[in-house]
Amino acid sequence: MNQFLDMVLIGISAASIYSLMAISMVLVWRSTRVVNFAQAGMALLSAYIGYELVARVGNFWIALPLAMILGAAFSAFIEFVLMRTLQKHSSQGAIAAIAPIIATLGLLGLIRAVIGFIWGHADVQIEAPLSKVGFTFGETTIVMSPMSLFVVLFVITLMIIVSVIFQKTNIGLALRASAYAPEIAQLAGIRVSGIRTLGWAIAGAAGAAAGILQTVNGTGALSPESLEFSLLLVFGFIAAVIGGLESLPGAVLGALILGLVLAAVQIYVSGALVFIVAFLLLLLVLILRPQGFLGSKAGRRA
Amino acid sequence: MLKKHPIITFIFFGFILFLISNRLDELRVYQGATVAIYAIGIASLILLIGYSGQVSLGHGAFLAIGGFAAALARIHYEAPIWLTFVVAVLAAAIGGALLGLAAARLSGPYLAGTTLALAIGLPSIANQFSIFGGEQGLTFDIGLPPASLGEDFTQYKWYFWICWAVALITLYWLRNILNSRYGRGWRAVRSNDVAAELAGIHVGRNKVLAFTISAGLAGLAGALLAMTISLASPGVFPLALSFSLATGAVLSGVTTLGGVMIGSVTLVAIPEIALAIANRYGSETITTNLPGLLVSALLILTVLFVPNGPVEQMHAKRAKRGHSSHSPVEISVRVGSKTWSTKK
Repeated sequence: MNQFLDMVLIGISAASIYSLMAISMVLVWRSTRVVNFAQAGMALLSAYIGYELVARVGNFWIALPLAMILGAAFSAFIEFVLMRTLQKHSSQGAIAAIAPIIATLGLLGLIRAVIGFIWGHADVQIEAPLSKVGFTFGETTIVMSPMSLFVVLFVITLMIIVSVIFQKTNIGLALRASAYAPEIAQLAGIRVSGIRTLGWAIAGAAGAAAGILQTVNGTGALSPESLEFSLLLVFGFIAAVIGGLESLPGAVLGALILGLVLAAVQIYVSGALVFIVAFLLLLLVLILRPQGFLGSKAGRRA
Repeated sequence: MLKKHPIITFIFFGFILFLISNRLDELRVYQGATVAIYAIGIASLILLIGYSGQVSLGHGAFLAIGGFAAALARIHYEAPIWLTFVVAVLAAAIGGALLGLAAARLSGPYLAGTTLALAIGLPSIANQFSIFGGEQGLTFDIGLPPASLGEDFTQYKWYFWICWAVALITLYWLRNILNSRYGRGWRAVRSNDVAAELAGIHVGRNKVLAFTISAGLAGLAGALLAMTISLASPGVFPLALSFSLATGAVLSGVTTLGGVMIGSVTLVAIPEIALAIANRYGSETITTNLPGLLVSALLILTVLFVPNGPVEQMHAKRAKRGHSSHSPVEISVRVGSKTWSTKK
């Protein structure tokens, strides 16, 4: 019973971070039809910026939102400079379908190299602002710590804000419309290109939050070649694919499924198998239900 | 003459390389061998991306399969060198066929993500099984060069010969297969899969075949890579290798096999250039970060401004001036009032 509780708690706190990553990939996919493989690099850069801000400002609670704003600005900048140029130049030939993928890959390498130039290759540490020792009830200590509780609550708050933006505001309506039918949205007077940039900006903020929370909730160490961030990218992608790559609730659902499955594997079988299971889950979903669980049939178009 | 008998070009090129290899120092010979390995790896990606329209960001994984398979065959069965290469090709091709079966149903970003996940995860998977030797990996020792080649025939020169012999044969074979029925089928599927299917081409089978061959070639490159450093370990096949190969393929131009040397030479030259710059300005940060920076910047600039690669660009320019030498395969199919065509 205790093991089961541990599994659920570990699963949920991992899922909350995966879902942020998945949401940022879904937002980028919806706005520009690009899967942004540089998301790991952008999250890493935001985490480094967070580290720098914590060191300068000395307060994690100010540094976190600041880093998210900077992450959003950087992401919007990338859309504005790189993606728009890309759309103009390579719209034909065999390369057209893969050019954005390759470009985000190049961006990932570029960000890593720049981080290496600025902060070097040795690990840097972000101190966790809250205790990472689990809560104790009488005799038993559970795996949920103040830090991971904060992560879960913070992510839930962000989710609520994002869904309010999407469901209740005009900007949200514009975001949904230009994802659903860009040409018609344009005819209806929506500035689709501006809305795309906005989509990237929100994605950048979510990615920045994912990067920082993953770091402080984990070991606290950051390095340019961090495997943790590569895995974060993969798990975010898998979560997004389970949800159908189109739908925001789907991304959260996918993250929950992935988080719980991986936690179960980690506790009942072996931590070493986590990646293999995640990969098999991805293949299984892609083969059995390529449109995801909450995606539409047309979601598979390239 | 050369156009009609491309094999003469290949033999001539091989002969020049043979002459060159006798005049270079050890380091250059080693780098020359690396160029050959990259050429095979990039060619396998060009086949996959440019000809069959599937994208793989994780080809390093297939290189790893090939490298480990060759090392295992050498260690446990003391297989001769050529047989280890055959084992490497087969093992990677089987892996490629399995992934290809899933891949044939997927389009661009899904396939890219899946292969990327594989490349990220494979090293950590290899660490789990003791048969692969964990972090240290497996030694892959093919022994000294045959005594008949003379006293001063060095180990690296031997590697250079093997790598280039394999690379030239592979490229020649690949060139032929791309000009064959299969190559035409792949290009037709890439251009317009509906039209290709209506013309009687089995789309799924074609894609799986392309993935299998591409993975097999990548496995061959992996075995050669493991050979030149005498080691197959997770560190030999890092994620950066997959990215380098993708970069090389884009630099070469994904639709032109002829450009393959551009990408492979660039990949070997960039660390060298970075080192030269670092020596000039004397900084360790530059040495470690500049290669990555140059590769990534070059990749982005190429995708933005020369998306189809330098060779294709030249063809396009020549075609504009009125000499059209390059005619793509074109299929159009009419059903009722609807026409599908591979022509854009």
